[in-house]
Amino acid sequence: MSTVRTTYRECVREALREALRRDQRVFLMGEDVGRYGGSYAVSKGLLEEFGSERIRDTPLSESTFVGAGIGAAMGGMRPIVEIMTVNFSLLALDQIVNNAATLRHMSGGQISIPLVIRMATGAGRQLAAQHSHSLEGWYAHIPGIKVLAPATLEDARGMLWSALQDPDPVLIFEHASLYNLAGEIDSGAGAVPIDKAAVRRAGTDVSLVTYGGTLYKCLEAAGELAKAGVQAEVVDLRSLRPLDTDTVLASVRKTHRAVVVDEGWRSGSLSAEVMARIMEAAFYELDAPVERVCSAEVPIPYAAHLERAATPQVPAIVAAAQRVVSSHV
Amino acid sequence: MSESRERTLQRLRNMVAIRRFEEKCAELYEAAKIHGFLHLYIGEEAVAVGAMECLRPQDAIVATYREHGHALVRGVPASSIMAEMFGKVEGCSRGRGGSMHIFDASRRFFGGNAIVGGGLPLAVGLALADKLQQRHQVTACFFGDGAMAEGEFHECANLAALWKLPVLFLCENNLYAMGTALERHQAQPDLSARARSYGMTGERADGMDVEAVAESTARVAAQVREGNGPGFIEFLTYRFRAHSMYDPDLYRSKAEVEQWKQRDPIALFQARARERGTLSEADVTAIEASVQQEIEAAVAFAEAGTWEPVEQLLADVYTPPETR
Repeated sequence: MSTVRTTYRECVREALREALRRDQRVFLMGEDVGRYGGSYAVSKGLLEEFGSERIRDTPLSESTFVGAGIGAAMGGMRPIVEIMTVNFSLLALDQIVNNAATLRHMSGGQISIPLVIRMATGAGRQLAAQHSHSLEGWYAHIPGIKVLAPATLEDARGMLWSALQDPDPVLIFEHASLYNLAGEIDSGAGAVPIDKAAVRRAGTDVSLVTYGGTLYKCLEAAGELAKAGVQAEVVDLRSLRPLDTDTVLASVRKTHRAVVVDEGWRSGSLSAEVMARIMEAAFYELDAPVERVCSAEVPIPYAAHLERAATPQVPAIVAAAQRVVSSHV
Repeated sequence: MSESRERTLQRLRNMVAIRRFEEKCAELYEAAKIHGFLHLYIGEEAVAVGAMECLRPQDAIVATYREHGHALVRGVPASSIMAEMFGKVEGCSRGRGGSMHIFDASRRFFGGNAIVGGGLPLAVGLALADKLQQRHQVTACFFGDGAMAEGEFHECANLAALWKLPVLFLCENNLYAMGTALERHQAQPDLSARARSYGMTGERADGMDVEAVAESTARVAAQVREGNGPGFIEFLTYRFRAHSMYDPDLYRSKAEVEQWKQRDPIALFQARARERGTLSEADVTAIEASVQQEIEAAVAFAEAGTWEPVEQLLADVYTPPETR
């Protein structure tokens, strides 16, 4: 099988192009997705290829274009709504939480919302407190929606189509630091499952459980740990709701030790949920208390050294893994 | 039967059906058969009745939490609405929604929304779907004067006008956003003037007069159907009851309420029709009797309804795999 050299950004674009070609009900709308080409250049060229009916530039009205996506899904379309970043999604929180997530249940199953909402997330580019949120864990709290965090080229390429086939609303969080990620991908790459976690590196001594932008930090940490003789297994959650607990537990049953790495703030975070599930289902498998590496409880600062200190970094992951490995209960 | 007589009887029956249905709801609320929030439409019946007769079966409707009347006029069976309010599985939303969330997808009745202004973007999206699929139909969006202060009104008016979407914005101005009077929440109390500023047709109509409501809706709906973008109507109306069953109604005077009751839409329409000779005493008696019967049947249906087994609690949060 041949491979092609590509980037995460191109993978998302190719996924959008495939969806627009395969299903006439699919259209993309959001701020600057058309003429500008997408604020992260993801949709560059799509306006020229598919026209302004299907690549729709919207006014700066997050609540309404997200709500219109919900309404259009109710009306038989398969909308893909791009919210520029998770930070702006707060202006559409009402539509996501009060409408998209509830309408099916609240109508006794009469209404489906086959909607996909994509947005960029995460810190790391010195954009300061209002432009550096990682709120995907918040969204994962809400029943009625599904939450995905593609971290690899294959997932950037393949999750969108699977999400569009899902009759319920799916939110896709693309970590902004990943758009330039380059690598080889199978030339025939396509849809991937969206309800399973994946082991990205096998190991026997400690499980590093993560998702999204921190996957690469965990893989780097695993490389360093290997030099010190510690074999870390890296689990990429991929889907934050539903959470594939089985894959996490299978890893923990093998390594008996775990560190959860999450760019969200520590208190009430997704990492807390993962730790709780390990504790509930695999308490007696553990040889040490589970640790976590999260963002510090501070609005993300602008200055580079402070931003680095506020967010999970490789040395902190390595140190946490070493503590867990050397600790015994 | 002449067309005008038939229409007269239909309008009166629809208004009386809403009035009596909701009087029964209030009674059943007191009897602890209905729970949660219950917002009565009594006094505003002419708006739903007059506006809804201008809609076609393929048109979509998005309403508010004060939507029993709209659902009834749209043809959602009274029994199904009543069972919903009882919380029974035979209810239109399987007891998951209650009074504020009446849904009937088969009649393109897309709810009952309990967030003020929350339904407006859905209406814009439904209209967008129609436009993209070249379906020549409109989406009627009911909301109150309170929603005009929400950002969604601005966003939706702007987007619908910009994209020339077939949305019929129907504002039921009952002069109060819950307990806050219009002049205390709107810098521009002429609501249709605000709508016109987006470049859409904007009218004001007497919401206590079912004929005026129908006439205005027919005119604006016809423009929307031509594909020239959205239209807006402000119906000046008044609710005779409190905001909800919890509301002690202390923010307006009894005299004001009594004054508006002098313009009761049902009495007003009956008197006019009697004067014209299109309605007789016997017609009124027959309508009351038939409505009474329908409501009794609805209550009996709801009483006989069953509770969804708790094992089904998590059903319909997501689409079950076997139905995909």
